[in-house]
Amino acid sequence: MRRETLTGSRIRERRLINGQKQADLARKAGISASYLNLIEHNRRRIGGKLLLDIASALGVEPMSLSEGAEAALLGALREVAAMHPVEQSELERVEEFAGRFPGWASLIEALAQRQSSLEQTVVSLTDRMTHDPQLAEALHDMLGAVTAIRSTSSILVETDKLEPEWQDRFHRNLNEDATRLTEGSQALVAYLNDETSEHQQVTTPQDEIEAFFQRHGYHFALLENGGSDTQAHDAIESMLENADDLLVSASARAQVKRLLIRYWSDAQAFGFDAMLDEVSNVGLEPASIAAKYNLDIGLVMRRFANVPGDVLRPLLQNSPYDIAEAGLGLAVCDSSGTLTMRKPLPRFALPRFGAACPLWSLYQALSRPLVALRERSQLSGRDGAPFETLAFAAPVSAPQFGAVPLLEAHMLMIPLSASGAAQNMEPLRPIGISCRICPRSECAGRREPSILAGGV
Amino acid sequence: MNKHVLLVEDEPNIIEAVSFLLSRDGWCVSTHSNGHDAADVIRAKQPDVLVLDVMLPGRSGFDILEDIRSEGACMDVPVLMLTARGQTKDRERAERLGATRFMTKPFSNAEIIETLHELSGP
Repeated sequence: MRRETLTGSRIRERRLINGQKQADLARKAGISASYLNLIEHNRRRIGGKLLLDIASALGVEPMSLSEGAEAALLGALREVAAMHPVEQSELERVEEFAGRFPGWASLIEALAQRQSSLEQTVVSLTDRMTHDPQLAEALHDMLGAVTAIRSTSSILVETDKLEPEWQDRFHRNLNEDATRLTEGSQALVAYLNDETSEHQQVTTPQDEIEAFFQRHGYHFALLENGGSDTQAHDAIESMLENADDLLVSASARAQVKRLLIRYWSDAQAFGFDAMLDEVSNVGLEPASIAAKYNLDIGLVMRRFANVPGDVLRPLLQNSPYDIAEAGLGLAVCDSSGTLTMRKPLPRFALPRFGAACPLWSLYQALSRPLVALRERSQLSGRDGAPFETLAFAAPVSAPQFGAVPLLEAHMLMIPLSASGAAQNMEPLRPIGISCRICPRSECAGRREPSILAGGV
Repeated sequence: MNKHVLLVEDEPNIIEAVSFLLSRDGWCVSTHSNGHDAADVIRAKQPDVLVLDVMLPGRSGFDILEDIRSEGACMDVPVLMLTARGQTKDRERAERLGATRFMTKPFSNAEIIETLHELSGP
């Protein structure tokens, strides 16, 4: 709220417009000039008969001096004071405060509104976790299966001379419950991973962005076909308009727009057909391809990640790779290590919140800019999937004397087949997704305890 | 004479395992698997101890407990409530409605046997 919208400021403004002296107006209103001065600087409250007298002396309607956002701002400040008690003596001077520091007062009001909005979000998310019927039912079902398995397996182990028919029956029950538990846990993971009900799950800008790219399979044919800047702009705007159901927040829309513009720019620099020809000829070799076309290695890696799996798979038939429908995974981060572009794979998840595994070659690349890293890794977990990762970091800011350049790192995740993983005698390097869900207890990179029981 | 326990639970494999376990421990076991008519069945069978799941098809274990505690022959029967949710508010609700004990799934065989012996008395 601007200072001029307060009553005292309006009186002063009107008086100056009229060309009246403060002393003259004060005399007409029956008050001292010093008191009017305090009023005009919003250091004294004004209302009732005095406001009517001053309005009359100024020749304006009283409402024109007092209506507006002032009451709303003062009400909001009093609400904030009620939530976070302040000294009574200071509370009584709220109008003076709003008058003297309108910018700070508006900031307090805005922060209070923001706090209220965030609190509401926390409440709704907590409520969802606590009362989500689908989640509750899934957990109940899984715990039922676990209870049956625990009880049945104890009987099988602890009961002497269990009759064969009972043994058979309990073995059958165990098999049933194990299957149910497997299906239940998979369904639960899919639900929490936003694979089954994307609309219900979208809660953060990052979720919205990921849901948008998943809907399109990380491939945008409209942006692959060349065309003018205007056509690309229209295509991007059209895609954004058709994603109102997913892109709810302004932040997500802005980030998606930026990523789509970059996609179009990448496609202009390195066409889809030329890329497929190169992959067919030399394989997944972004460094040599980038050198041949005078492109950034990161750009070539992004282009690889845009190729649908069913298009890529025939080109890599005699390779050690096992390309599924999703194609290749991609993680891009800035100098702080924050993931700015994420294309997870079914067996290589990327953390939604917090930092990822510090052992990723993505982060090694950040410490070794302009060095192309190729690594064979295995994810933690019982069925840890083998991957080859290609990572590269390069400056994104123009070099300046005395300034450290900002970096951007890319990591391409390529699933290895079982035979491909066994080709090299060197052991696969163990990596995880993030400490929270990594069972490896003995890890030099561990930042925090895992929520998974037991280590590997 | 063997003591009679009635197990009201909708998971067939839990029913089978717990029934087997309690039978081997010398109990006379009867079972029931839906919430609709559970209160009537409990009153009709008049068990020495009742094991009652909270989440049942048709009617919740809490409602059934409130019903049998309000009138009839089972107002004082010891009740062990089973639930997959171990939240404090569920425990408090069960206690308020008259549950004698509260057990969270998954439980061990030893736990349930020991608890039932305590509830059934000498």
